[in-house]
Amino acid sequence: MEFFSLQELYTYSKGITYLVMGAILVFMPLYWGFLTDREDD
Amino acid sequence: MKEILGRISDKVFEKQAPETGWFTPFNIIAGIILIIGGILTIMRFTMGLETVTNLDNNNPWGIWIGFDLLCGVALAAGGYVTSATCYIFGLKRFHSAVRPAILTAFLGYALVVLALHYDVGRPWRLPYPVFYSQGTSSLLFEVGLCVFLYLSVLFIEYSPAALEWLGFKRARNMVVRLTLVLTIFGVVLSTLHQSSLGALFMIAPSKLHPLWYSAYLPVYFFISSMFAGMSMVIFEGSLAHKYLHHKMDQTHLDESEGVALGFSKAASFVMMGYMGIKILGLAIDNNWHYLATGWGLWYLVELIGFVLCPALLFAAAHREKNLKFARAAALWTVLGIVLNRLNISMVAFNYHLPADQRYFPSIMEIGTSVFIVTLGVVVYRFICTRMPILHEHPDYKAH
Repeated sequence: MEFFSLQELYTYSKGITYLVMGAILVFMPLYWGFLTDREDD
Repeated sequence: MKEILGRISDKVFEKQAPETGWFTPFNIIAGIILIIGGILTIMRFTMGLETVTNLDNNNPWGIWIGFDLLCGVALAAGGYVTSATCYIFGLKRFHSAVRPAILTAFLGYALVVLALHYDVGRPWRLPYPVFYSQGTSSLLFEVGLCVFLYLSVLFIEYSPAALEWLGFKRARNMVVRLTLVLTIFGVVLSTLHQSSLGALFMIAPSKLHPLWYSAYLPVYFFISSMFAGMSMVIFEGSLAHKYLHHKMDQTHLDESEGVALGFSKAASFVMMGYMGIKILGLAIDNNWHYLATGWGLWYLVELIGFVLCPALLFAAAHREKNLKFARAAALWTVLGIVLNRLNISMVAFNYHLPADQRYFPSIMEIGTSVFIVTLGVVVYRFICTRMPILHEHPDYKAH
């Protein structure tokens, strides 16, 4: 991918970063639930 | 003073009468390694680094830093993690793991300092960075200061076991009162120096391959030290269970499974979080295209093969209450930490140099590292077979 300005580069990379962060914020509580759901058995 | 020294020497030289005799396979192999290590030590200090190592001006740091220092410090993190779990988070079911973890950490850091002497030389100058000439703008100074302080903290945290063994009741009771303060200080110091070791490579951006380089290296090192420590506690617990079973009391035997499964859950969660922040690091620096290269394949082997897979195995261990899975995942994670630290310090470091200028450790460097690890194992066994580490002393209440 070619970027012609620093702003373009940052818009792209920060955009992906925020998406990944959002996914992590959703995923981690679900993973905690997966880890702990058999604890009461 | 005479009475104190007399009591110490009586205890140290007390006959342990091994049932199988002194010439067990472990003792013979360890003895040979220690003798070779002694010879290598004399060679290093009389004939210099060039005789013993493959270090040069391009590669001043080799396996003694990459393995002995970086891996040693990361794997000794079990001390602060276990201590914080028990005394700060109040999870008393991990109490039986505290003393073995503290002992491992104490011996680990002590051997890190010993290993550093081989690399740095001039051992009489050890007190200089702290007491004579402080380089306050240097990360290495901060690492040195924190290691010095943390080694002192660990020694004091370990000392109740030694004082119980020697019968110094008043001293033991005084030191035990300091436990919480020492634990807090230990966590603070560990945060500092674990991350500073990562910062040492953060300040060399041109030398480290972009996949391993990140402005967040200090964070990666600190977070990975947490699950490295937990994995070492599980791993050494499994070894103690196998080889020092006769020294464990009923409390330790009852709690050991809970400790392993509890740390499995914690390690799994932290490792998943670590995977997340590593992916974030790729996104922030827009390094996705490197994944399609040979270096990228090796990076994915490290991340998926040695972080994601053991994290999932830890999860399975906790869900299924399977101790074998926990132990396998712990060993796998320890190997992953070693791989990560060696990748950063040696494999992906100076990656752009031509092959004939790259570094590979000499057999004598490897021999010295094996000697240092063996020394640690021998001293650990000496202490565990005599002092109340894997069992509680009958005359004292647990603290």
